[in-house]
Amino acid sequence: MSYPADFKYTKEHEWIKSDGKNATIGITTYAQESLGDIVFVDLPKPGSEINAGKTFGSVESVKAVSDLYAPASGTVTEVNGELATAPEKINKDAHGSWMIKLTLKNPGEVNGLLSATDYEKFVAEEGGH
Amino acid sequence: MEWFWCHSALHLRFQHGPERSLTHGCRRRRLHVRVMSLAIPAAQPVLLIEEKLSAAEATTPVTRRTALNAVHRRMGAKMVEFNGWDMPVEYPSAGGIIAEHNAVRNGVGIFDVSHMGDIRLQGPEALAAVQHISMNDASRLAIGQAQYSAMLYPQGTFVDDVIVHRLGDDDYLLVINAGTREKDFNWVRDNTRQFKCKVENLSDDFTQIAVQGPKGVDLLQKLTDAHLSAVKFYWVTRGTVCGLKNILIARTGYTAEDGFEIYVPADEATSAMVWHRVLEAGKEFGAIPCGLGARNTLRLEGKLPLYGHEISDTINVWEAGLDRFCKMEKPEFIGRAALEKAKSAGMKRTLVGLEMVERGIARDGYKVLDDNGREIGYVTSGSYAPFLKKNIALAYVPPEFGDIGSTVKVEIRGQGVKAQIVPTPFYKRPKKA
Repeated sequence: MSYPADFKYTKEHEWIKSDGKNATIGITTYAQESLGDIVFVDLPKPGSEINAGKTFGSVESVKAVSDLYAPASGTVTEVNGELATAPEKINKDAHGSWMIKLTLKNPGEVNGLLSATDYEKFVAEEGGH
Repeated sequence: MEWFWCHSALHLRFQHGPERSLTHGCRRRRLHVRVMSLAIPAAQPVLLIEEKLSAAEATTPVTRRTALNAVHRRMGAKMVEFNGWDMPVEYPSAGGIIAEHNAVRNGVGIFDVSHMGDIRLQGPEALAAVQHISMNDASRLAIGQAQYSAMLYPQGTFVDDVIVHRLGDDDYLLVINAGTREKDFNWVRDNTRQFKCKVENLSDDFTQIAVQGPKGVDLLQKLTDAHLSAVKFYWVTRGTVCGLKNILIARTGYTAEDGFEIYVPADEATSAMVWHRVLEAGKEFGAIPCGLGARNTLRLEGKLPLYGHEISDTINVWEAGLDRFCKMEKPEFIGRAALEKAKSAGMKRTLVGLEMVERGIARDGYKVLDDNGREIGYVTSGSYAPFLKKNIALAYVPPEFGDIGSTVKVEIRGQGVKAQIVPTPFYKRPKKA
């Protein structure tokens, strides 16, 4: 598996792409593979506040329910409506399937997250990829 | 055992309502983190999932493996613990749960179900013994015929559900659930001592492979000299399969499709040989290996009960809606008296089918609420249904809430989400022309 170098990652398997002001969030391909066929995604509405480290929604596969943890704090500006009817897109292309876009409250928070290389190492230790 | 697809960082959480007393004598074990298992998770909403162990596992903590375990792992199956067994839940190389489920509905899928148990009763009073412990009427069985039934406690609640096969004049085979192997065998042995018959636990003697789906008969016919078209649904025969003589072939299954289950010798080499030859023979029909994930979604669409969910030691036959398999005209069987009393007392709850109307998936253990948000029952099994492409569930509610068409709510992550009571089974296989 390859992880985009311009993303940052969390140990909870979310990715975040930030330009310093705004960011896009999704889950990694490791997460979608672990979950299996994704059948349901529960995301916050635009305007909601999300807080770093806290849950902001959930993703469900046939067999599992998994919380989504915010990599950074901010206000949700856009939600990917496609995922309501076609959640399997995440399985097909996790890094290309964004879930929410937000304006960052503390842009510096992103710097503390894992780089692609560190995340890859973390995942290799976790599950043997 | 490696936790291939379930790790702490995913923080899998499973919300559910108050404890439902389930398997007798079980204990709860807090696990680091798990994917939601097919057994029932426990009481309160937690960040970690608690797995309820069956009585069997409480006394035998070592996880067991079927003879095909290495084969599943080599095929890259995601493994999960189910009732004390290390089993494949899905095969990513085959496409995963949804692909496996639909292969069975549209073509054929192959399952390793060797974790199931087998108890044989043989002797001049074998029928009487079976009649005593089983609620269905085994005297109706011709040689080679099978029936769905259940063994009940004196209170009329379930020890286990079972398929009773009549193999010979005084020769019966009971196929039982994996998690209740020891409990069931002890139950059968202890409750048939008064009958002239031998009770044997043959659970470890067989690798049981299920070939399920409309193309199952075509697949299996390539591998056997038995005339499968002559074997009706819920009948059995014997024949040479993959060169192995005298193999029991049963037209049974747990998928709500046509299909067969074959019982081959349990040594690893033979088991692997048969498994691979079945998959090879099935290539032209799109056969793929299928795990417990698809097994669960298939049986749910067909409203087939799962022990510990729709049936248990605190649920009786009437509540579970299994009346047609319970022959009260039999003068005696364990649980009969209690069932008669329960019938006149009236039902306190009934098993209904739910279809989600608003967005959300009802899962095992979730609370069912009335329109005012008052808790009235709970979900026994719930999931996305891959063939029907709907979110469905089975639930216990008081009879007054059980009318087809009425709406209830299911509590999902603290919110009441609308669901409708629908007829069951949710899916019925098309009748052959």
